[in-house]
Amino acid sequence: MTEQTDFVEIRHAQKSFGALEVLKDISLSVTRGQIVGIIGSSGSGKSTLLRAINDLDPLTGGEIWLDGVQVNKSLPHRQYEKHINEMRQQVGMVFQHFNLFPHMTARENVTMAPKMLKGLSQAAADKLAEEQLDKVGMLERIDYYPSQLSGGQKQRVAIARALAMKPKLMLFDEATSALDPELVEEVNLVMKRLAEEHMTMIIVTHEMDFAASVCDRVLFMDKGVVVEEGPPATMFKHPTKERTREFLRKHIEGAK
Amino acid sequence: MGLDFSIIPKYLDVVLLGAAWTMGITVASAILSFFGGIVFAVVALYAPWIIRQPFRLIEWVFMGTPLLLQLFLIYFGLVQIGIDLPAFIAGIIGLGLHFAVYNSELIQTAILAVDKGQMEAARTLGLSRGEALRKVVIPQAVRAVIPPIGNNMIALLKDSALVSVIGVSELTLSAQRVIGKTYRPFEFYILAAAFYYVINLCMEWVQRKIERRIAISR
Repeated sequence: MTEQTDFVEIRHAQKSFGALEVLKDISLSVTRGQIVGIIGSSGSGKSTLLRAINDLDPLTGGEIWLDGVQVNKSLPHRQYEKHINEMRQQVGMVFQHFNLFPHMTARENVTMAPKMLKGLSQAAADKLAEEQLDKVGMLERIDYYPSQLSGGQKQRVAIARALAMKPKLMLFDEATSALDPELVEEVNLVMKRLAEEHMTMIIVTHEMDFAASVCDRVLFMDKGVVVEEGPPATMFKHPTKERTREFLRKHIEGAK
Repeated sequence: MGLDFSIIPKYLDVVLLGAAWTMGITVASAILSFFGGIVFAVVALYAPWIIRQPFRLIEWVFMGTPLLLQLFLIYFGLVQIGIDLPAFIAGIIGLGLHFAVYNSELIQTAILAVDKGQMEAARTLGLSRGEALRKVVIPQAVRAVIPPIGNNMIALLKDSALVSVIGVSELTLSAQRVIGKTYRPFEFYILAAAFYYVINLCMEWVQRKIERRIAISR
């Protein structure tokens, strides 16, 4: 009998910047196809935790595992670089400020990495770009530059760019926080569609409604620890911890 | 002796040939200074200490000494250690490296000014740091510095007159030679100046073309 290992496992994650400890012994596991939301006020460590998963912000202690492989394993520098680049190809990431490449069209943004890292031909890359941009409703803007797109459109292209690497896991770091309110919905719709396709996702968000409607599980983080976690229905309606209640109260009032 | 511009057509071919040499040397050293500038910038920012040091020495030599001296050193000095370069090659190397150092300063600043999210996004897709620099960061940095690099290239055009001292028959030297025969300095220096101006206009036109092409992708 083989032991069930979870798809994503974070074991005793610890991260300090100098004397400041931003992640304090966090453990978390995510099964394949699960959608996990992370909420919490700024400075709670939620983005740092997300960025540790693909080693953008390396942990100072603890382990990250993805699909049975340790992401942050200890290797000599050269080998580690090679290993981490391979791991990152399997993890898509979407940023608050999109970070599209401004000197490339939507098509080039989507195809650059697959062409470079997977050796796709121009024809195959074009087909991939069309597929992925169609999926996010951006096919018509395939040859537009980012400067010619709205925020919501940029973020949808950024999602297509991440998906083009056929990742096993998608990380969203406040994907809609920088958007004008009327543009949030189009990005949320794309994320909902991904959820329906059972993409494994970890979503750092400020949008409680969205988290409630999409996530299987929600974590509330504060001061570097997971204060409380559970299915959204329980988390949002009947939080057990005082800190969670306080955060939700402020947040829901803030939203009104 | 009054001015007589009617003498110009007779010697126009000599001056035109000189203008052609000036253009050739300017374009070749501009290209060298551009790519050399990128290499110097990347080395200065990212290379390990041991590689950085010799480059720093080269930069110091080319930034801290007169271009004239650099040309003498490359053309006359290198012969002594067995490197005998044709004058125009020595000129291109001298001008090219001299301006590469100035371009490098601009490009370094521009690389550091590229939003760090760009590097992060590229790394997240699985690109190595080198790949991310090459495909994402440097192209953006270079786009940002096209206007100031263009200014450097116009300075380069003007300084290309200095390669006359190592015997390259470029525009200024050609004009001087004609003057030696005709004793008509005003007419032919003015003619040479007019050619410099025209080449200048051509370079500005090219620069505007490039800027317009990249404006959309910024």
